[in-house]
Amino acid sequence: MTGLVVLVVTLLLAAAAGLVLRSRNGQVRATREAASTGAAALVAQLDALGVERGERLTLLQFSSPFCAPCRATRTLLADVARTAPDVRHVEVDVAAGDPELALVRHLDIRRTPTTVILDSHGEELARASGVPRREQVLAIVGPPETPQVSGR
Amino acid sequence: MSAAPVDVRGPRFGAWVTTIVLAVVLLTAGSPFGTVLLALQAVVFVVGATLGVRRAPYGVLFRWLLAPRLAPPTAFEDPEPPRFAQAVGTVFAVVGVLGFAVGWTPVGLAATALALAAAFLNAAFGFCLGCELYLLQRRATSRWRHPDPATTDPDTTSPTGKSATRRGVAA
Repeated sequence: MTGLVVLVVTLLLAAAAGLVLRSRNGQVRATREAASTGAAALVAQLDALGVERGERLTLLQFSSPFCAPCRATRTLLADVARTAPDVRHVEVDVAAGDPELALVRHLDIRRTPTTVILDSHGEELARASGVPRREQVLAIVGPPETPQVSGR
Repeated sequence: MSAAPVDVRGPRFGAWVTTIVLAVVLLTAGSPFGTVLLALQAVVFVVGATLGVRRAPYGVLFRWLLAPRLAPPTAFEDPEPPRFAQAVGTVFAVVGVLGFAVGWTPVGLAATALALAAAFLNAAFGFCLGCELYLLQRRATSRWRHPDPATTDPDTTSPTGKSATRRGVAA
């Protein structure tokens, strides 16, 4: 009897959690100014890691080795970055080492993949966890400079 | 890491079987049958975590029984994420078996319920709990080694600022 109650409660909670996660997953949310972390410190950390930023925008993706959606995110963001020469997609492996983990904590990254969109000064504009919605990323990046020849 | 991709429906099928098995474990909790069934599921997890999802019992079941009757696979995935999840499942299943075996039924129920929640989230939503735990575990262990995240590597930061940008996007 106890087992039946535990079973029903567990499935209900898991289903509720799943629905919430599904609705939030990949949503690109604008970063409020108060939540934005110090751009200068961030730029210094990125430089120390050898991460090259885009002239206008940087699509900073955090990935882990055990992560299938990270691959989908990589494909999507690389595709978006290809549409604009001043936008760069860079990927940080959170498991690579302590400097990477320091960056993860600095930006308070909790899941992989998480994408942080930075402006030319390293100021955070928006972020998304999960595979970002393409149209929401494009809304920030803007229209491509040249007509895009897509392979899809 | 570079193992051959697997049909995405394989691990998803395995998650459904795991969900059903763990549900039966909860319904029969406290009986020897329930404990033995959870122990068998623990063995399944161990095999999946060590040999990979392709050779895991439910993976073999999928390829022998179901895959030949289904349409050819259209989507593939890296087998590492589900393999990592099997390792996480092993921990919960072993704790659950020990709990039931020594008579700590609440411990057994809680561990089984957590494993069930993870399997169900994977089966119904394709949500990989193992992946989520991976980064949080890394952050937790690293914080223990480096208690002050704000002052990491100040001497390695580059004074060159934003001069490192290069025009264009590398292929």
